[in-house]
Amino acid sequence: MLLFLEQCLNGLQFGLLLFLLAAGLTLVFGIMDLVNLAHGSLYMMGAYFGATFTALTGSYLGGIAIALVATLLLGMAVEVIAMRRLYGRDHLDHVLGTFGLILFFNELVRLIWGPAGMNLTLPGWLNTSIEILPGVNYSMYRLAIIVVALGVALGLYLVVMRTRIGMLIRAGASNREMTGALGINIKLLYTFVFGVGAALAGLAGMMQAAILTAQIGMGENILILAFVVIIIGGIGSIRGAFIASIFAGLIDTVGRAVIPDVLKLVLSPSAASTAGPALSSMLIYLLMAIVLVVRPAGLFPAPGNR
Amino acid sequence: MSALLQVENLAKRFGGIVATDDVVFNIPEGELHAVIGPNGAGKTTLISQLFGQLMPDSGRVTFAGTDITRLPMHQRSALGLARSFQITSLFLDLSVLDNVALAVQAHAGHSFHFWRDARKQSELRDPARAVLDRAGLAHLGNRSAAALSHGERRQLELAMALAGSPRMLLLDEPMAGLGPEESARMVDMLRELKRKYTILLVEHDMEAVFALADRITVLVYGRVIASGPPDEIRGNAQVREAYLGEEDHVEGAVNG
Amino acid sequence: MALNLRTLVAALLVLALLLVPVYAAFIGNNFILSVCTRMVILAIAATSLNLIMGYGGMVSFGHAAYLGIGGYVVGILAFEGIYSGFIQWPLALVVSAVFALVIGALSLRTKGVYFIMITLAFAQMIYYVGVSLSRYGADDGLTIQRRSQFGDLINMSHKATFYYVCLACLFITLFVVWRLVNSRFGMAIQGARSNDTRMRAIGFPTYRYKLTCFVIAGTICGLAGALLANHTDFISPAVMHWTRSGDLIVMVVLGGMATLFGPLIGTVAFLALEEALPFVMSKTIDPYFIPSGIRPSEYWQIILGPLLLLVVLFARGGIDGFLARISDKEPS
Ligand SMILES: Nc1ncnc2c1ncn2[C@@H]1O[C@H](COP(=O)(O)OP(=O)(O)O)[C@@H](O)[C@H]1O
Ligand SMILES: [Mg+2]
Repeated sequence: MLLFLEQCLNGLQFGLLLFLLAAGLTLVFGIMDLVNLAHGSLYMMGAYFGATFTALTGSYLGGIAIALVATLLLGMAVEVIAMRRLYGRDHLDHVLGTFGLILFFNELVRLIWGPAGMNLTLPGWLNTSIEILPGVNYSMYRLAIIVVALGVALGLYLVVMRTRIGMLIRAGASNREMTGALGINIKLLYTFVFGVGAALAGLAGMMQAAILTAQIGMGENILILAFVVIIIGGIGSIRGAFIASIFAGLIDTVGRAVIPDVLKLVLSPSAASTAGPALSSMLIYLLMAIVLVVRPAGLFPAPGNR
Repeated sequence: MSALLQVENLAKRFGGIVATDDVVFNIPEGELHAVIGPNGAGKTTLISQLFGQLMPDSGRVTFAGTDITRLPMHQRSALGLARSFQITSLFLDLSVLDNVALAVQAHAGHSFHFWRDARKQSELRDPARAVLDRAGLAHLGNRSAAALSHGERRQLELAMALAGSPRMLLLDEPMAGLGPEESARMVDMLRELKRKYTILLVEHDMEAVFALADRITVLVYGRVIASGPPDEIRGNAQVREAYLGEEDHVEGAVNG
Repeated sequence: MALNLRTLVAALLVLALLLVPVYAAFIGNNFILSVCTRMVILAIAATSLNLIMGYGGMVSFGHAAYLGIGGYVVGILAFEGIYSGFIQWPLALVVSAVFALVIGALSLRTKGVYFIMITLAFAQMIYYVGVSLSRYGADDGLTIQRRSQFGDLINMSHKATFYYVCLACLFITLFVVWRLVNSRFGMAIQGARSNDTRMRAIGFPTYRYKLTCFVIAGTICGLAGALLANHTDFISPAVMHWTRSGDLIVMVVLGGMATLFGPLIGTVAFLALEEALPFVMSKTIDPYFIPSGIRPSEYWQIILGPLLLLVVLFARGGIDGFLARISDKEPS
């Protein structure tokens, strides 16, 4: 039971991490109608920036702050140099062009940081565990991720629902022409949104880097998961992305814990321990396939989107 | 003897908008039945339901004695219904002749033929050329559909509906965006078609409607407010009221 | 067929492919033969993707799955002691077809970007099935001890023979695709790409034509998978990784979508770029970096990535489209 609680918390933590990635992706997808495969590269760059700047400054929080700004700027640069030329093209062009960017960033990382991964060392106060219930300890760091990500989610919600910029973003997500008609500097808005999305992805990357390591290609598998999440949640919907992320995180993590045990009932222990994680990785894709078969345009299709 | 097309209590809502509200009418074989109404009255939505592009919330559509309310488009097409689109819908990356030949092919048995060159089959190309000829496009057969002018695209739009040798045509504003000369030619062509086909015609050009229609149904906010022969519609007070914004339109048709 | 630049390039390419083993024997180096075998096999896969993506407008982001399925059928049968190619190959095709049927039947309910993503999802599921096959090497893959046996008919282990088998498969594929896209079936497929609603309005049940096309493409790619497994004597989930599906898309677009020889040209160009870019960089850029101790040629994908972006932005018709434009300008 306690183990189950821990698994659920881990699932929540992973789901929230996924949300940070999915939020930017769904905004960019919903507003600019851009399929950005290179979003995972920004996640990776965030991880490497985080590892580098925390090591350079010797301060964890300081390094993370610098890394966040760096990913924001990188994202805006990528938007100005490459992405804005892809708006209005068809999705195949997006897939192809941003696929090229993935190759570029992977190689760039190898050139700058070398092929080996990079560790992001946590300060002592994060690298402990904390008693969440009497007799139940849980990783302080994972808890911190949950708190930070929930804070970001809340902040995003407030910005999108309550501010002028948020209104523009919502207007853009449901009706591109209208935003244009309002005479808003669309170009600037797009660059800004893309940059924020990049920073969020980078934040997810640097938080994950301390649990695993910063690695080349680390963004690719999780990017696909993030896509699954925004498709399930409905393209352009932050709330849909939030719900679907948590759902996906829980399914993935709890599945990983439960499926091997279930498999052991029918398979040999060694076969079950290989097949278990792989089959639980499949669960999310299975979920998406089922959702799309039943609802070909996702669970919460945004009204203005095709 | 029942009508070729029977529409019973058809209804469709989009959220709060009632696009089709308990619509009832019949079209007997050989009739040219015009549906008129202001923009947003639900004319396109009505055609889409008759043709299966949209499914009605309730009601029934019967064509040639068959209940087609829930049939997919291609089966309606096989039964002899054909439609043209208000917003031109062509195969822009194929040639004009290919466009029509595809429509012929659709009704020449299934297309699970994997080997022979379809562009060399006279049983597809000849009827397609004949239809192009009737639509006045014979000289443009090898042109890419994307290279046609707006007027020519409207003609091709109609030609594709004809190519499947239908029993009944559902025409959604065939004259939309045409100049006076092109319009006159289209009216001539519709008069020609009227002799051969049963037609449901949605059109804004009142002059054309009153010149061509055997009967007219007036749709406002999804509702049928009047239905009858042109003379009766001309004198209908409700219709005049509904057309307040476009009064001179009806006036023109009435006097002209 | 007019003799223009396009057909000339295609003809030269075919001729060059025919002569590769001769050249390899002449210089006594089998490396080039191995590279070209791979090229030919991937060209089959790219041609099959072009059938659905270029002609049919179905952008599948999971086409590499069939490379894996075909490969695993061969690998697993070999592992279980069944070496006969007469069993392995037909089975590889049938299993690929069945997978394509199921995946296509479900995926084709969606459109646009949802189709891209659902095909990706199915490919990911199959990828993870591969990872979970602990009996067959799981993540590490499965070494194939003996290549497919065709009695005394063909010796697959002979490099030049195997190359010609692959090349024959490619030519047959190209011929079949050529007939297919010009047949009534092909017209129906292209109509559905161009305007699916209108196709249904004029009376085509487009779903079943698209599904059939999807199955044909999957089957052909399964053949490529069986060949690839024989070529590398190895199969692992890595051939099904989503980036491999991305590579296939790149090959098709690079060469030119919805053209017969486009995917072949694209595959050759892509793999040649993989081989040539590092070489060219080592001769041109590396000397300037000697003091720093860095060899830029090792990081050639830094050039390849932006190059792909440039192709997307400025050369949408791919190489074939580029050739077509040049030949149109030539005075005839
Ligand atoms: N797919 C749709 N979703 C929501 N509302 C729609 C849709 N299609 C049409 N409508 C609404 O239904 C009404 C009728 O539209 P339409 O049939 O196009 O009118 P008409 O062809 O007579 O101009 C309009 O108010 C229109 O906004
Ligand atoms: Mg209309």
